[in-house]
Amino acid sequence: MKVYLDNSATTAMAAEVIEAMLPYFSDEMGNAQSVHSFGQRAKAAVEKARREVAALINAAPLEIVFVSGGTEADNLAIRGIAEAHRDHGRHIITTKIEHPAVLATCEALEASGYRVTYLPVSRTGIVSADDVRQAIGDETILISVMLANNETGTIQPIEEISALVNQARSRGLKHLHLHTDAVQAVGKVAVDVDRLGVDLLSLSGHKIHGPKGIGALYVRKGTRLAKLLYGGHHERDRRAGTENVPGIAGLGRAAELARTQLDERINRMRALRDYLEQQLLSRFNGVRINGDIQQRVPNVSNLSFAGIDGESLLIALDLKGIAVSTGSACASGSLEPSHVLQAIGLSRDEVRGSLRFSLGAYTTREEIDYAISVLVDTVSRLRDMIPTDEPDEAKAALQ
Amino acid sequence: MYSPQLAEHIAHPRNVGEINNPSGIGDVTNEVCLDRIKLTVLVEGDLLIDAKVKASGCPPTIAAASVLTELIIGRSVEQVRSVTRTDVANALGHLPPAKAHCTALAIDALRAAVESLTHKL
Repeated sequence: MKVYLDNSATTAMAAEVIEAMLPYFSDEMGNAQSVHSFGQRAKAAVEKARREVAALINAAPLEIVFVSGGTEADNLAIRGIAEAHRDHGRHIITTKIEHPAVLATCEALEASGYRVTYLPVSRTGIVSADDVRQAIGDETILISVMLANNETGTIQPIEEISALVNQARSRGLKHLHLHTDAVQAVGKVAVDVDRLGVDLLSLSGHKIHGPKGIGALYVRKGTRLAKLLYGGHHERDRRAGTENVPGIAGLGRAAELARTQLDERINRMRALRDYLEQQLLSRFNGVRINGDIQQRVPNVSNLSFAGIDGESLLIALDLKGIAVSTGSACASGSLEPSHVLQAIGLSRDEVRGSLRFSLGAYTTREEIDYAISVLVDTVSRLRDMIPTDEPDEAKAALQ
Repeated sequence: MYSPQLAEHIAHPRNVGEINNPSGIGDVTNEVCLDRIKLTVLVEGDLLIDAKVKASGCPPTIAAASVLTELIIGRSVEQVRSVTRTDVANALGHLPPAKAHCTALAIDALRAAVESLTHKL
């Protein structure tokens, strides 16, 4: 049996999404910028998708910019604001648990003269709005905080932060912007840009059963943003380059499915995720849930198995057809553990024994039952292999 | 990333456990990553007739510990002394360069077990 529980890494495309994309690879190959009818049909597909993506996050279609994925969306948001507003300040606030697409972009800006504050998070992985408030200064032009963390699924208090942003603006910080990387949140929780109060929001197609190589950046109307790519005047001059029409059509359909099936998907994934956790916690000692048990997306479970190396468990599960991921990585004898799990204060052993299970909209109860049965065998076997200081007989006698 | 041979040892580790009253013990830990291998061996005359191993850590460490027992059981102590990291690595097929150190831990466990043997004899 093959069980894919790594949907935070990527998802399988929905059958409806593939169907929506297919015409645009062949018969409907037009360039959406072309005046002829091929081009106009492609343009119509792009605009239909734009309406669907906008509807998913309660935005206006003109506020959606199609890009190549989550990484480009994050780069465009951060570098775009930083460059466009550099004369008004060069300070950015973010957190220690952001995706590398945000962290590496911020580090690059630091190298070119910007100042970046990387805020810590609590033991459950949540940034404090009060820390954000204290970090805001006269030079601050951007706050970038993810909506849901990619490793633990923990949801960040974006609404509280946007209230602070509004207060700061009313005090005169007119150039302060709020960006959220919602790549892991869209399709798992209701996302509404007005309720969140964000100016920019990143999302990605392949995390919501859409295609890889396509994503979108929501840019609130009136936001001044520098461009990353120079070229034609595509995407209302926000993003140059011929539109990826099949990808955009697929993202549009994936967004429509995510919106119309949201409640059903949430209930289903949460029930299966909670069942998985209950079964594992009841059968093993030394298993802990990482992140915030309440404030998290319904499809992610990040667990630490005491005494076990996450990668060994991952490989053993893979041999049984089960795909998961781990925050533990050892290279050249030095551990390079997850920056997220370190930031929430996990011990070295807890990071090492961590596994992330991430469910998708199509995960079944049968698959979860199979995963539980394999995990019970595998975790027991790996734990039985752990060397002890006493011979087995002496150890057994002690028990 | 990992060879089929290595994966097979993760799926079915060989000779797991500890020998009671062993002839030699090699219990070693990599102080950087804390991977640990505990090897116990039983020697009769000049022949290593049994070996058991326990291991914790990353996949190549567990696989190296497992394959090591296959490389030494039934060999003479002299033959066992000449087993090298390369022998362990070859038996596991390809190892990513960053994981090559795991074979060293297996050989350290073997050397320690043989050393404790020499002291006893």
